[in-house]
Amino acid sequence: MTTVAVKPATMAQALTRALRDAMAADPAVHVMGEDVGTLGGVFRVTDGLAKEFGEDRCTDTPLAEAGILGTAVGMAMYGLRPVVEMQFDAFAYPAFEQLISHVARMRNRTRGAMPLPITIRVPYGGGIGGVEHHSDSSEAYYMATPGLHVVTPATVADAYGLLRAAIASDDPVVFLEPKRLYWSKDSWNPDEPTAVEPIGRAVVRRSGRSATLITYGPSVPVCLEAAEAARAEGWDLEVVDLRSLVPFDDETVSASVRRTGRAVVVHESGGFGGPGGEIAARVTERCFHYLEAPVLRVAGFDIPYPPPMLERHHLPGVDRILDAVGRLQWEADS
Amino acid sequence: MTVMEQRGAYRPTPPPAWQPRTDPAPLLPDALPFRVLGTEAAAQADPGLLRRLYAELVRGRRYNAQATALTKQGRLAVYPSSTGQEACEVAAALVLQERDWLFPSYRDTLAAVARGLDPVQALTLLRGDWHTGYDPHEHRIAPLCTPLATQLPHAVGLAHAARLKGDDVVALALVGDGGTSEGDFHEALNFAAVWQAPVVFLVQNNGFAISVPLAKQTAAPSLAHKAVGYGMPGRLVDGNDAAAVHQVLSEAIAHARAGGGPTLVEAVTYRIDAHTNADDATRYRGDAEVETWRAHDPIALLERELTERGLLDDDGIRAAREDAETMAADLRERMNQDPVLDPMDLFAHVYAQPTTQLLEQEAQLKAELDAEADGPHHLGEGAGR
Ligand SMILES: Cc1ncc(C[n+]2csc(CCOP(=O)(O)OP(=O)(O)O)c2C)c(N)n1
Repeated sequence: MTTVAVKPATMAQALTRALRDAMAADPAVHVMGEDVGTLGGVFRVTDGLAKEFGEDRCTDTPLAEAGILGTAVGMAMYGLRPVVEMQFDAFAYPAFEQLISHVARMRNRTRGAMPLPITIRVPYGGGIGGVEHHSDSSEAYYMATPGLHVVTPATVADAYGLLRAAIASDDPVVFLEPKRLYWSKDSWNPDEPTAVEPIGRAVVRRSGRSATLITYGPSVPVCLEAAEAARAEGWDLEVVDLRSLVPFDDETVSASVRRTGRAVVVHESGGFGGPGGEIAARVTERCFHYLEAPVLRVAGFDIPYPPPMLERHHLPGVDRILDAVGRLQWEADS
Repeated sequence: MTVMEQRGAYRPTPPPAWQPRTDPAPLLPDALPFRVLGTEAAAQADPGLLRRLYAELVRGRRYNAQATALTKQGRLAVYPSSTGQEACEVAAALVLQERDWLFPSYRDTLAAVARGLDPVQALTLLRGDWHTGYDPHEHRIAPLCTPLATQLPHAVGLAHAARLKGDDVVALALVGDGGTSEGDFHEALNFAAVWQAPVVFLVQNNGFAISVPLAKQTAAPSLAHKAVGYGMPGRLVDGNDAAAVHQVLSEAIAHARAGGGPTLVEAVTYRIDAHTNADDATRYRGDAEVETWRAHDPIALLERELTERGLLDDDGIRAAREDAETMAADLRERMNQDPVLDPMDLFAHVYAQPTTQLLEQEAQLKAELDAEADGPHHLGEGAGR
């Protein structure tokens, strides 16, 4: 292990740095949304951008999500690369019509003549004690819409790399920012930003031999913790961080499951109709002969996001993951 | 007794330093729709422009008739005719400079054609071979938009972006009376006014949203009045008077180009045909109403003005009709050819780089097509195995 001399940066700071570098590199990049200017966003991710690049490039818009995304469509039509901020997950819903009817399909309906390079940043997920409408995990809606890329970082370095890649992408990208990781730190050096990671590749965060935990975003640290805890029980768990839900990296995921023969998908959003069902089906289709047990899911309950005082019962935690891992001893139990 | 009931007694003190943000008076529309034809103002109108408008109206009427006929022949899945509204469609196309952008709704194929788009390309959406049959950048015409009012924020964003880049570009966005009730209408107008974007909104108030009359759509004095609440001027114009629509839109566009910000124009017109060829308009309106509007026909109005002033004679009228016939015959002939479609196009433009998932599906379709060519299907020989 190398020792890191720099003071660690948070994920929020890495995101700010990514926006700043993207704006400096390309005058077409415009940041817009509610409170992104003077205030720097409610999570301060756009902090300082209006000052550095002017209010024409980092714009406080009227309070209207459909308007924010709808005007971004027109701006992208004219050659700009808008990066819009939806203030919170559940407040992106007014913009769904623009997202689904236009953003996702403009390239397709114009046969490639009118690509829309728009990045839609959505702080998402729970675990920060937010009141109602501040903790939704909406990734299944986005994943179900062809034409969108859907990515979500779990590390500080990925926050930087994936956001740069999203802004550089000629396709619209829904960039899901796990709120509860905004203040997480790791050894990423903000003075030497890491190379831009391509979108669409998963990464093995921890290698292991007895089962694969397939996860993303806010659940990655939870799975890593579970993997540590499982060691005591003799389980050597591999943790795959998807990083990108669309496109989906079947290759990395299948390779891992073929090695381990067992898999659990872990995410916060509800299980029914959720991303885990899709992932489990893909894994089963590709790895059936390698599987020692059914692919299991550990998800949030199928309930509207609970009030903050109860959210710890809803969010998949280490114990629930370990329970599932225990159930992977399929032959012994059945 | 509530405060509201104590009429005279209820005198709220204004909060400190309150003042209206804008004087509403100059933003208010006139009480009656602005007209040119048949009035003194007509003498000022440019004869060349009037003749041009006339020729385009005649073509437009013929185009609508031809497209409707194509639905009967099964060549178009559906056609929302703009018969009766040609003055709005044509004026919208003619007021724009080449560098300007038009944002049409699904009813506005005619505006796109009058702007110079190939009539066949304008109809592919309705024929069903592709959603947008043209390159929007080439013609500066956004794709014909089916979800109501959602093209309006696009127009605002494009106009705003053009201004940020220092380009002298105006966007003109078309919407129906029903579309003004959508949230996107509100958000677009609000953004446009706050940003002072060089955009003009033209509402074609043709009386109905499918079957729902304006009275059930809004309680506003007029749709043009809605402008005041956003802080932009509202203008009311006779939508069957091509000269008047052209003039009002020209002024609004000049205002926008000069940095004056957006304008909302309401053109009062009427949809003579049914909503689309699939609609039965007799269920929600009477013949008498339609006849009243027929008597105020946009082509007849302009024809009368031009003939009375000696700018048009029978030869001129015949020439316009012949030109329209030529266009219709060409359209008919080309639309009667079966379009050649490549199923593999389904995957061509979903993403800049196809995902591996799409590549797999593309291979599946390819295999299915090959198998189709080879004959009947047997269990176990499925594509993708
Ligand atoms: C968001 C949305 N809701 C419903 C429809 C179905 N629809 C198509 S046209 C129409 C009426 C539109 O009326 P108006 O805006 O007055 O335009 P007009 O058809 O009169 O040109 C409706 C309800 C639609 N296209 N989009």
